[in-house]
Amino acid sequence: MAGDASAFEPFVQSFQAKIFQYTWLTCGQREDAEEVAQETLLKVFESFDQLREPEHVRAWVFRIAKNYCLMKRRRSVYAPEREYSLDELLPSFDGERSLQIPDESEVPEDALLRGELNARIETAIRELPEIYRSVVLLRDVEELSTSDTAGILNVSEDVVKQRLHRGRLALRKALASYVEAK
Amino acid sequence: MSHQPPDHEHDHQHGKDPLCLEIFARLSEYLDGELAAEDCAGIEAHIADCPPCVEFVKQLRGSIEASHHFRVPGQPAPVDAELRERLSQAWSEALARKHQDAQQD
Repeated sequence: MAGDASAFEPFVQSFQAKIFQYTWLTCGQREDAEEVAQETLLKVFESFDQLREPEHVRAWVFRIAKNYCLMKRRRSVYAPEREYSLDELLPSFDGERSLQIPDESEVPEDALLRGELNARIETAIRELPEIYRSVVLLRDVEELSTSDTAGILNVSEDVVKQRLHRGRLALRKALASYVEAK
Repeated sequence: MSHQPPDHEHDHQHGKDPLCLEIFARLSEYLDGELAAEDCAGIEAHIADCPPCVEFVKQLRGSIEASHHFRVPGQPAPVDAELRERLSQAWSEALARKHQDAQQD
C-alpha cells in the first residue's frame, strides 16, 4: 500500500473518519477534534515513508493521533486522574435490573433503539476517566490488539488489560443505569 | 482457581462469593480468549451453576459488542481543497523518499 500512488484516495477515505472518531471522543470538542484529526492526517502523510511495519499501520496512525490529542488537551496538572477500584464496579445483584443490549443481528431495522444506545455509549465513554477511555477506544472501539494498544499508550500489556477490564465494567454499569432510568 | 460450583443450598451469596469475585476480576481476559484453557474451564464450571454470573457475563459481552459497533454520529468535515493538496504533495514526497531508500538498499 505504501508504495502505491493509487492508494492515496482510499487511504484518506478510510482513515479520516477513524481518526476523527478517535479525536472526537478524546478531545471532547468538535472543533478541537477536527483540527487534531487534520493535523494527524497530514503528519501521517508526511511521514508515511517512515512506516516500518505496514501490518501495524492502524496502530501507527493512532499513535500519532494520540500524541496530537495530548498536545491539544488542556488539562490541569493538579487534577489527579481518577482510578476505579474493582469493588465500585461490581454489580449489586439485589435489585439491579437486567441490562438488555440490543443484538446487532437481532434488531438490524431498529434504528431508533440503536441510535439511542449509540448516544448512551458515547456519553458513557466520554465520562470514563482518561486512562480507561484511551484503552477502551483503542481495544474495543477500534479493535486493536492488546500489544498494539500497549505500544500506542506506552504502558505494559498487563496495564492495558487491567484498565480495559475496569473501563468495560464501568461502561456496563453506566448502560445498566440507563436501562433502570427508562 | 477452584472448579467447585457454589453451593446454592447453603451460604453462597450471589456476587459476594469469593469465587464470583475472582471470576469478575478475570472476565475480560476470559471473553478475549486470553486465559489458559485450565482457567477457562474453571470459569465455565462455575458459571454453569451460577445464574448471576451468567447474567453478568452476558451483560459484559453485550456492552463490549456495543462498543465494537459504536460510531460517532456525524462525519468529519470534508477534506477541503487546500488540505487535499497538502496531503497529496506530502504523499508524493513520501513515496519518492521511499523509492529512493529502496534503490539505495
